[in-house]
Amino acid sequence: MYLSHLSLTNYRSYEQAEIELKPGPNILIGANGVGKTNVAEAMNYLAVQHSHRVSNDHPLVRIGQTQALARGRVHRGEQAVSIEYEINPGKSNRVAINRGAPQAARQAYGIFKAVLFAPEDIELISGQPDIRRRFMDDLIVQMRPALGDARRDYDRVLRQRNALLKSGRKPGSWTDEHESTLAVWNEHLARAAARLINGRLHALRLLAAPTSEVYAELSNGNKPAGFAYQSTVPMATGQHAEVPDEAVLYTAIVEALEEAYQSERDRGVTLVGPHRDDLVVTLGPAPAKGFASHGETWSLALALRLASYRVLAKDDPNPDARPVLILDDVFAELDAARRARLAEMTRDAEQLIITAAVSADIPPELTGTHIPIRMREGISSSGEHLESLDSLKLTEANYFEDAEGSSDE
Amino acid sequence: MYDGAVQSLIDELGRLPGIGPKSAQRIAFHILEASESDMIALADAITDVKTKIRLCEICFNVSEHKVCAICRDEHRDTGLMCVVEESQDVIAIERTRTYNGRYHVLGGAINPIGGIGPDQLRVRELLTRLQDESISEVILATNPNLEGEATATYLTRMLSPVGITLSRLASGLPVGGDLEYADEVTLGRAFEGRRKLGETL
Ligand SMILES: [Zn+2]
Repeated sequence: MYLSHLSLTNYRSYEQAEIELKPGPNILIGANGVGKTNVAEAMNYLAVQHSHRVSNDHPLVRIGQTQALARGRVHRGEQAVSIEYEINPGKSNRVAINRGAPQAARQAYGIFKAVLFAPEDIELISGQPDIRRRFMDDLIVQMRPALGDARRDYDRVLRQRNALLKSGRKPGSWTDEHESTLAVWNEHLARAAARLINGRLHALRLLAAPTSEVYAELSNGNKPAGFAYQSTVPMATGQHAEVPDEAVLYTAIVEALEEAYQSERDRGVTLVGPHRDDLVVTLGPAPAKGFASHGETWSLALALRLASYRVLAKDDPNPDARPVLILDDVFAELDAARRARLAEMTRDAEQLIITAAVSADIPPELTGTHIPIRMREGISSSGEHLESLDSLKLTEANYFEDAEGSSDE
Repeated sequence: MYDGAVQSLIDELGRLPGIGPKSAQRIAFHILEASESDMIALADAITDVKTKIRLCEICFNVSEHKVCAICRDEHRDTGLMCVVEESQDVIAIERTRTYNGRYHVLGGAINPIGGIGPDQLRVRELLTRLQDESISEVILATNPNLEGEATATYLTRMLSPVGITLSRLASGLPVGGDLEYADEVTLGRAFEGRRKLGETL
C-alpha cells in the first residue's frame, strides 16, 4: 500500500500542510528541527495511533490549539481510502473514514499499515518494558484490528479493578462487598487479558525467525538474536511453538490472580496481566539489555522493526497490502556498508518514507521523490517536489538558512 | 457576575448534567426573555416532579403513586422480572412491547472508579423480592458496556445458587452503549433472543 497524500492541521510545527507522496522512495530533506520527523511521526500515527517519540498525544497538538488533524489517502491496489484522525488530547480520539461520520479511532486499525524505524528505537532494547509492550501491540492491532477492542476493554477493566483494590487498601476497609466484586473483575480481566496475551504470542511466534534472519544479515555476527515473552502469567512465559488458546490462558490468568491476591491487596494495584509483561530480547545466551554493545543494540532494534515489516507483509500476502516503511533519520547512524544493506532490505516495500538532514546520507541506490521541508517563524511547510537529486543539492543551502531558531524535533 | 437572582439561576442550571457555564448563561437569558406563563409552567413541572413523583416501593421505577402502574397492573406476568440500571431503561423496554413482566431498577451499575459497589445499588432489595415474590425468571438487562456487564456477572454469581432461571439480553445491541438509546426493533429482538445463563455456559 502507499499514501498519496498527507494533510496535517495544527499538528506539531504544521499549521496546515498538504504533502503529495508517490509510491517508491520519498525522501524528506531538511535541516534538523524543521519538522521532517513530525511528518514521519504523523504517517506512523495513521497506522498505530500513537507517537513514536512521546507517550501521550499532548505534544502532537500545535501550541495554543486543542485539536490536531492528520489525514491520509491510502492506496491499496485499485482501492483508495481516506482516513482522518481527530487528535484530542485528554479526550477520545476519533476517525472519519472516507469523510464519513467520526467514530472511535480504533475502528481504523488495519486500514493503513506502517512500520517506522527511528533513533528512539534503541529503547526497544535498552528502555523500559512499556516500550516493548507497545511494540508488540502495534504489531497485533495491525494484524488483527479486533485486538484494538480487546486492548481497550482490557484498559478499562484494569482501571476499574485498580480503583477497587485501591479503595480497600486502608487497613480495615476491605469488605465482603470488595471481595465479591473483585471476583467479578477477575473474570472480566482474565477474559480480555487472555485475548491480548494470545494475540501477542501468535505475533511473536511469527516474529522469531525473521528477527534472527534480519539480525544475521545486518551483523554478519556469530551471536544469534532471539527473544522470549516474559509474563506475569507463568504459562505464557517463553517461546511458544504452539500458542496456548484463550480458554487455557483464561484459566491460567484466574489462577495467577488468585496467587497474587495478597500482594495485590497490599499494594492496591493489579499485578497480573499483559500490562506488566515484557519481551526479553537475547543475543547469544545473554539478555541484550545491559550486555549488547551500542552497535549490537542498534542492529537488534532494526532487526525487530524489519522483522515486523516482514511479518505484516507475510500475514497479508497480497503485494498491495504491504505496509509502508518509514525510516526516520536512521542513515546518519549507519556506516556505508550497513546503509547499503538496509537499502537492499527495504527494496520490496511499495512505499518508503525517508527523512534525512542532508542528501549525502541517503544511499545512492534509493532514488525517488525528494520533498524539501523548511521552517519559517516556527511554522513548518513542504516545498516543491524535486525529482532530481542535483537540483536538490543546488537548493539545499537555501533551506538550511530557514532552519535557525526552530525546535520541536 | 450578575445580580443575585440571575446569577443563582445560572449557578443552578450549570449543575445540571451536560450543561457547561456558557450554556447555563444562555438558558438563563432565554428564561429572562421568555413569556412569564411559559416559564411558570416550566417551574410548575419541576415542582410537580419533585413533590408528586417518587420511586415505586416495589420496583423503584419512577411513579406518581406508592406503587407504580406496572406493578399495579394485574395483567402482567408476575413470574418474570427484568433487572435494569435506570428508570429510562424501563421506558425503552416498554416501547418495544415485547415484555410483559415486572421490573427492578438497580439505580446504576457497579463502577469502582465512581465509588459505586453493590451496596450503593438496590441489590439487597432485589434479593428480598426474590424471596418474597414467586419469580421464575430474572432477565438481566443492564447496559451492554463494561460496567453493565460486570453488574450482570455479579448478579449471576449472586443468584445462581438461588435456583431461579437467569437470562441475559441477546447480543446484537450496540456494544458499549446504553439501552435507552437502542432502537425498539433491536431491543425487542434482544429480548426475544435472550440467552438463559447456565444452559450453554
Ligand atoms: Zn413498580
